[in-house]
Amino acid sequence: MKQSITLGKVTKFMGLGFLSTLKALFTGKLEKEDFIKFLRKIVVPLASILLFIGLWHLGAKTLYDREANFKIEKALEDQGPEAAEVMRACIASGDLSCQPNTLPAPAQVWESYKSLLRDHNIISADKAAFKEKTAALNAKRISEGRAPIVYTGRPSFIDQIVMSLKTVFAGFLLALVIAIPIGILIGLSPTLKSAFNWFIQIFKPVSPVVWYLLVFMIVKTVLIDSTEDSSFVISFISVGLCSMWATLVNTAMGVSSVDKDYINVAKVLKLGPFQKVFKVILPSSLPLIFTGLKITLSVAWMVLIAIELLAQSPGLGLFVWEEFQNGANDSNSKIIVAMFVIGIIGFLLDRLMLTIQNTVSFNKNEGL
Amino acid sequence: MNTVLKNRSLLDISDNGLFPPSNVMLDLKHLKKVYPTPKGDYVVLEDLNLQIMKEEFVTIIGHSGCGKTTMLSMIAGLNKISGGNISVLGSHIKGPGPDRGVIFQAPSLMPWMTSLQNVLLGVNQVFPHATKAQRNDIAKYYLQKVGLEDAFHKKASDLSQGMQQRVGIARAFAIKPKVLLLDEPFGMLDSLTRGELQDTLIEIWNKEKITAVMITHDVDEAIFLADRVVMMTSGPKAKIGDILEIDFQRPRTRKTVLEHDDYYKYRKHLIDFLEH
Ligand SMILES: Nc1ncnc2c1ncn2[C@@H]1O[C@H](COP(=O)(O)OP(=O)(O)OP(=O)(O)O)[C@@H](O)[C@H]1O
Ligand SMILES: [Mg+2]
Repeated sequence: MKQSITLGKVTKFMGLGFLSTLKALFTGKLEKEDFIKFLRKIVVPLASILLFIGLWHLGAKTLYDREANFKIEKALEDQGPEAAEVMRACIASGDLSCQPNTLPAPAQVWESYKSLLRDHNIISADKAAFKEKTAALNAKRISEGRAPIVYTGRPSFIDQIVMSLKTVFAGFLLALVIAIPIGILIGLSPTLKSAFNWFIQIFKPVSPVVWYLLVFMIVKTVLIDSTEDSSFVISFISVGLCSMWATLVNTAMGVSSVDKDYINVAKVLKLGPFQKVFKVILPSSLPLIFTGLKITLSVAWMVLIAIELLAQSPGLGLFVWEEFQNGANDSNSKIIVAMFVIGIIGFLLDRLMLTIQNTVSFNKNEGL
Repeated sequence: MNTVLKNRSLLDISDNGLFPPSNVMLDLKHLKKVYPTPKGDYVVLEDLNLQIMKEEFVTIIGHSGCGKTTMLSMIAGLNKISGGNISVLGSHIKGPGPDRGVIFQAPSLMPWMTSLQNVLLGVNQVFPHATKAQRNDIAKYYLQKVGLEDAFHKKASDLSQGMQQRVGIARAFAIKPKVLLLDEPFGMLDSLTRGELQDTLIEIWNKEKITAVMITHDVDEAIFLADRVVMMTSGPKAKIGDILEIDFQRPRTRKTVLEHDDYYKYRKHLIDFLEH
């Protein structure tokens, strides 16, 4: 009875069905329909990616020329034709000191990406060396009951990604823990629903910035005695509060709109309240709850960047902000690297939720 | 398993000495149903009287919208009674309960459960003191009876409509109700599957003899299954228009019924009623 789980099933399950087409291509088992599928699922997306990069390249080049011309003309106006010639030569030579500051081209972004990875390797090596150096000392300190010395160097780009993921998962868990129980209660009881409805309607559209300020006001006072850095706490709570509404509303809706037939079955069988909730209502509202959770996770990831930036909590948001403030010649391309990383991680998180949803709920959703 | 079933044998109020013993299982008296609508009250049923005996199989036919589902869901306790009363074995019903099993038109299985779990949902509720193994036995027994011995562990959502309705039948019989209420249970099935399910239903019913009330649109189905066919008048204010006794002996087969001399007489009677 147990079905064998093949690679094809797993990938299809995760909404990555195109991988099996790729497999068919490499194993040489390509039929005519497969070929059309191959065109549609692999060639067309690849072509559109190339087109995108090409347009981006052209756009960046146009902007670059415009900015360069502006610089040269400004030099001409302010300092005369000689200075303008110097500027032209400087720009043409690729000297970093006079490069036009504008939208970076794809190649520059790729370079920045590689340099961020190199940077990460250097910092990791540094960290490892530090750990080795302090290992003996820290062991001693711990045995004496003192706090160990920790690495306080600059975090690498990868460290910041990890920090952001931590913040977003903490926020997501908070949202889940608050929104699902309240959603269930509201969905079950029309009285509670009308008691809470104004609250939901008013707080749902509040912007992440305002949530952050609100949480800041409260947490700052609550943690007044603590020496711990509260920025992480503040940012994950803000992320949780911003993003929980979709789950709350969807859970309530799922619970209150359970198929009437199921409710009738529960009534005829005289199921107790506990059985009714856990055997009938919750399983049948799981698809909607998961839709809510999926939205919550993607909203959490989206507002995270803004909130980290405000809270000065280490992570991708802070990275972007610091690069923007920094204004170094490769800052712009690092920001674009961060943009792609944020987008790709967002996409992967969405896939992750879809996979979990498909394993736990009864009606299978096809991914996009 | 049998001891479990017997322990919960029909609690017969009429046998407790207070009332004279009676063969009436289900008694509808002056039943009335009013639906409030924006255009004022709509009286669906008025002064509807019907008695159904123990171990009787009654089918109900009537025009669409006359109030059959309304009546049945009131018996099930899922729909409020506006006037009159309904009693089971002499005591008035108050809300739904497992003494009145229902088979809905849509199979209404929990799609995230297996067929066994769906049947167990009711069995666990009705036999809380039986051991787990006993309850499993009961559920499996009825699933076997409806021909699903190979599908105990299949998800309900993976079953065909006909198979789902078989689980619905097993679920209803497994809780050993006093009355079985069926609202067009085979209405959504193709005619071949419908015939098979009628056979399954009548087979299991022959064994259990649970008082059954079944709504159907199908005149042949009504005759094949019933001891009496109850005809409802068209609404509003619908009531019982006519009752036809079906005098075929049981157990019946489709063949003997179709070949019986009275069959066309019964059929004509019902169709004449529906056409007027
Ligand atoms: N909740 C409700 N509110 C108002 N009117 C209703 C409601 N439920 C049913 N009705 C009306 O009551 C009448 C009887 O409905 P009912 O569903 O009992 O008919 P039925 O005999 O089962 O019809 P069918 O054969 O089509 O199933 C119909 O006119 C219907 O429109
Ligand atoms: Mg109906």
